[in-house]
Amino acid sequence: MAYTEEELKKELETKEYEYGFYTDIESDTFPKGLNEEVVIALSKKKEEPDWMTQWRLEAFRGWKEMTEPEWANIRYKKPDFQDISYYSAPNKKPKYNSLDEVDPELLDTFKRLGISLDEQKKLAGVAVDIVMDSVSVATTFKKTLAEKGIIFCSISEAIKEHPELVKKYIGSVVPQKDNFYAALNSAVFSDGSFCYIPKGVRCPMELSTYFRINQAGTGQFERTLVVADEGSYVSYLEGCTAPSRDENQLHAAVVELIALDDAEIKYSTVQNWFPGDKEGKGGVYNFVTKRGICERNAKISWTQVETGSAITWKYPSCILKGDNSIGEFYSIAVTNNFQQADTGTKMIHLGKNTKSTIISKGISAGKSQNSYRGLVQVNSRAENARNFSQCDSLLMGNECGAHTFPYIEVKNKTAQIEHEATTSKIGEDQIFYCNQRGIDTEKAIALIVNGFSKEVLNKLPMEFAVEAQKLLEISLEGSVG
Amino acid sequence: MLKIKDLHATVDGKKILKGVNLEVNPGEIHAIMGPNGSGKSTLASVIAGNEDFEITKGSVVFEGEDLEDDSPEERAHKGIFLSFQYPVEIPGVSVTNFMKTAINESRKARGMEDMPANQMLKLIREKSELLDIDRKFLSRSINEGFSGGEKKRNEIFQMAMLEPKLAILDETDSGLDIDALRIVANGVNKLKSKDNAVIVITHYQRLLEYIIPDKVHVIHDGKIVKSGSKELALELEEKGYDWLKQETVA
Repeated sequence: MAYTEEELKKELETKEYEYGFYTDIESDTFPKGLNEEVVIALSKKKEEPDWMTQWRLEAFRGWKEMTEPEWANIRYKKPDFQDISYYSAPNKKPKYNSLDEVDPELLDTFKRLGISLDEQKKLAGVAVDIVMDSVSVATTFKKTLAEKGIIFCSISEAIKEHPELVKKYIGSVVPQKDNFYAALNSAVFSDGSFCYIPKGVRCPMELSTYFRINQAGTGQFERTLVVADEGSYVSYLEGCTAPSRDENQLHAAVVELIALDDAEIKYSTVQNWFPGDKEGKGGVYNFVTKRGICERNAKISWTQVETGSAITWKYPSCILKGDNSIGEFYSIAVTNNFQQADTGTKMIHLGKNTKSTIISKGISAGKSQNSYRGLVQVNSRAENARNFSQCDSLLMGNECGAHTFPYIEVKNKTAQIEHEATTSKIGEDQIFYCNQRGIDTEKAIALIVNGFSKEVLNKLPMEFAVEAQKLLEISLEGSVG
Repeated sequence: MLKIKDLHATVDGKKILKGVNLEVNPGEIHAIMGPNGSGKSTLASVIAGNEDFEITKGSVVFEGEDLEDDSPEERAHKGIFLSFQYPVEIPGVSVTNFMKTAINESRKARGMEDMPANQMLKLIREKSELLDIDRKFLSRSINEGFSGGEKKRNEIFQMAMLEPKLAILDETDSGLDIDALRIVANGVNKLKSKDNAVIVITHYQRLLEYIIPDKVHVIHDGKIVKSGSKELALELEEKGYDWLKQETVA
């Protein structure tokens, strides 16, 4: 690799990261509780067509019959689903024509997030659709995207404006009754993003959405649907930060990706929900279902940096349906204090010559538990399927745990499956070496952790990689005594 | 600059240093020689503040301040640099990134802003040219897969970048072939000034052909048993350490 001056310069650039604040905006909130009336009211409130209401009800009826899964390596007090409000939206929600019309407090929040619309507009190549407490408030760069025929809007808007697309694809990868949390999401999803890239179009910018939980006691149920039509390409970013809270907040999102023939979707996430305090109090419960389907020659690549949440239950997966399709999963999961993460991926090889790569980096500190759980499944018809998995764990201190649960199911003899796993501890000699160069222990650990995670950080778009690095640092603060 | 008085130190309860006295002034190069296990490397570690070692008696004073309560990073911020005998690997952390972090942490400790990227770039360019270091080398993970010579050269590059007041080279010559040795020694000589000082710890006289010391000390059984000019090193090479052991016993 050539190491040009330009690359050197890039590496030297620094950027500050800020997080953790709360914005007081008047909200329109449903009373707590969940039943068919609430589902119908929610759908009405969002002015949805009848087919959508029926779809939600079907999901709700399914959910009622289901029980929460208990196989994950996590321990927590189950949420009381009747003690949650299923809808909360900023009160003032006219369609803004200019930034001047937007609630100044909201603008301030954006600024502190480092994503003020002002800046974003200037920031070349990034369009931001901001979901704040469930309702999409602002969308930028729509025009540029529209010229290419790209649709990037809130899912609520898509249900109204592009019902044929939503109807065709919603639930096609993650069915309504796929699992307990997916069913709950299908019944009560509040908002989320929708993205459609037409045939042969290469999306000219990174699409990004920032989700935030900002109303005490409101669960967030985001629904994201990304459809890349034949031969198209899109890179989609999703980042989350959440202000500190006392009570547990439930987050049960569903993300569906559809990559049609020869299409490619790159989906990157930085997740930083409130992890709970040092005593393990509070924190977000993050139960997410993310799945993508690849048609012929298609490619889906998931990259995630998970630093937040008290509990993470998340397995971004790929169904490699089409021949020659490719699935990738790159993950960094950090747990500190009392956090618990059970995360990984599923690669389902159905088509011939399908390939998948899994790189998982787990970092555990404090009293946390960090589990990788992955399934590589090769179907009997999937000739010449290949998988490479690498799971590395880094431990800090003596009270945390790292676990690896790799499942491999192969029904075709031509498959080639490789699995590598390592576990290491940060060495005192490494820390002293850094100390001697003037780097204190906390910073030294951040450096070592960033180095450990580099293979995955490199997969993130530049802007995100910098933020993710800062986040790793913040997440591990105070993890050495 | 550095005043070590009657220094006693132990590791895991075992006495290693048993009363070391040493004074180093700005502009000087001191060589510390001695057989294996005599306490050379321990002395280096103690000056750098490695917490594996316990000072049981005596003091290390740097520029008039007792270092006793200073952490290793605080000592580094004051301008003490240790070139490690066995530099450790830090996977995924490039030499560039490591240096950037080290320099900015020291600046932060002095209440300064981060070094602007273009200035850092200039510094890297200057120092890598000075030490004849290929830029590609700087993008590699620190010490990972480095040859012995590369590791030592990297240590000297870091020294050049950090511009310490006192540099301690702990067996920098071990494992180096003659070409690598010459490059490393050249680097040290180029960085030498009237304001900084160098302590060269070595087993052999070889390195001292290239880095000419002002003073040579011989350490044996935790004590400096003989000090002299650069000729002492030659004498040692010729007669071996046994000569000294006999002399001290006598």
